[in-house]
Amino acid sequence: MDQKANRTAVEDGTEQRTKERSDRTDRLLHELVAYLRDNRTDLRQEWAGRISEAELLGVMSDEEIFSEATAVYDNYVDALETGDIETLRSYAQELSERIIPRGVETHEVLGIVLLLRDVLARSLFAKYQDDLDLLNRILDEYEPAANRIAVTVGVSFVEERERVISEQQEAMRELSTPVLQLRERLLILPIIGVLDSDRARQLTEQLLGSIQENRARVVVIDITGVATVDETVANHLVQTVEASRLMGASTILTGLSSEIAQTLVDLGVDLSMMQTVGDLQGGLEEAERLAGYRGADSGAPGDDVTE
Amino acid sequence: MSVAILRQGDYLIASIQSDLSDTEVLSFRQELTDLVGRHRARGIVIDVTALDVIDSFVARALRSIVLAAKLRGAETVIVGIQPDVAIAMVHFRLNLQSLRVALDLDEARALLDSSTRRDAGDGR
Amino acid sequence: MDDEVRVPINGDEDLVKARAEARAMAARLGFPRPAPTLIATAISEIARNIVVHVGCGELVLAPLREDDRCGLVVTARDRGPGIRDLDAALRDEYSGRSGLGLGLPGARRLMDEFDVESDADNGTTVTMKKWRSLDELERRRELRRRSDG
Repeated sequence: MDQKANRTAVEDGTEQRTKERSDRTDRLLHELVAYLRDNRTDLRQEWAGRISEAELLGVMSDEEIFSEATAVYDNYVDALETGDIETLRSYAQELSERIIPRGVETHEVLGIVLLLRDVLARSLFAKYQDDLDLLNRILDEYEPAANRIAVTVGVSFVEERERVISEQQEAMRELSTPVLQLRERLLILPIIGVLDSDRARQLTEQLLGSIQENRARVVVIDITGVATVDETVANHLVQTVEASRLMGASTILTGLSSEIAQTLVDLGVDLSMMQTVGDLQGGLEEAERLAGYRGADSGAPGDDVTE
Repeated sequence: MSVAILRQGDYLIASIQSDLSDTEVLSFRQELTDLVGRHRARGIVIDVTALDVIDSFVARALRSIVLAAKLRGAETVIVGIQPDVAIAMVHFRLNLQSLRVALDLDEARALLDSSTRRDAGDGR
Repeated sequence: MDDEVRVPINGDEDLVKARAEARAMAARLGFPRPAPTLIATAISEIARNIVVHVGCGELVLAPLREDDRCGLVVTARDRGPGIRDLDAALRDEYSGRSGLGLGLPGARRLMDEFDVESDADNGTTVTMKKWRSLDELERRRELRRRSDG
């Protein structure tokens, strides 16, 4: 229309050449894809051979490798032809979901995809070795496409792996609750090892959650297994005791070594606010009494534990 | 209805159903203390399970309810403080010494029973 | 998810909304418990100051992103007369007592970073941040996201 009339002859020429090149490209791509499809059986065989040589996919049987290899090959060639990697991506994700539980690792998946790329490239060299110019043009089409495919498959696999690991971590976190229910209304939280801020925060959450779930009246926090306590951790402990109280449970701290007791005192922690008992056994007895399990002056079950 | 107040014998059970605006907190306080006087309640249980946040304003309101109730002869127990809320209150260092707390309604009633029994008993 | 959230603060019903938005954003950003509640509590205190002492103002919640941590920043702004004695307001002994304080020290204890600018000309701006570290997977994903984008 108007725009066209305004173009110079040079621009027209450029446009024409671009169109020619894109036509040629399409033809090359078609030729490439046709070649790969025609020689599918041989090339796939060679690839499977290279996979065994490299000792990849050891967890899979030969039949499995063959059938997956067929699917990967076909998807690969389709992706080369259409330039559309979405189908490939969803296949790769689905494949990953299948093989990850089998124990296939990232380097294996990358390895086999790169091997396929190599096998196909080599066969292109062999076919077009008499026309280097054509070979170069074919490779110009092949290489970027093949690389994009390799990346897509690799990334899909890695993402699926990460998703699985994340799920597993979450499950482990939920399973590993160190809060034990000794008797009804009586919980014990034995803390062992190094206590840092993150861990302390997690333990507090778990403890308070358990108090709620088990309707606990008394909690025994045993720190026999903790070597040292610094200011941050001491504060965490105090806050945990106070928070437990706000949820209606009283806390007994047991297993304080004299060093830790001294540390707490030095830090200005008001130990009179907390009930502490030197050894775990004594602490448990006191806890049972508080929770209303022992005779003597157990009082009514609803003993005012807040004063 | 953001707050429901029921009467169970000598006790009033007040249950907060959702996050309250400051105005709603104040009218809740007013209503509850009125009811204590009117019914001569011996005890109040305030259920804060539905509160995701207890800040200084709410804490102050709760403290003043406890005080006003005491002046009218009733003990107050707070129940249902959520774990995260308990941690926040402790971090914040809200002054909560005067609040009596129980894990849930049953515990609260038991607590009130024993303290009213104590009071009513041999005049200790 | 990358958007900021603005909550106008004009009356005490807005505090209910502010608390809810804060929890929601903290949850969206993957903060582990009890952080969403801590953040919402701090916001409640600061936003209330606006309602009680100035009448109107604004809260802006926005996500923060760094290499190995992510976070949430809250900016509370008003154009009121400013806090007369900022030092006293920030001093600890005023926290928790009935009616005496602005709850600033308490809010500061609940958050990781806390800053107050206040004067008679520009009003008051409180900026608070809370961070959480990214776990291994998130860190790798973040790096990938940056190199792709």
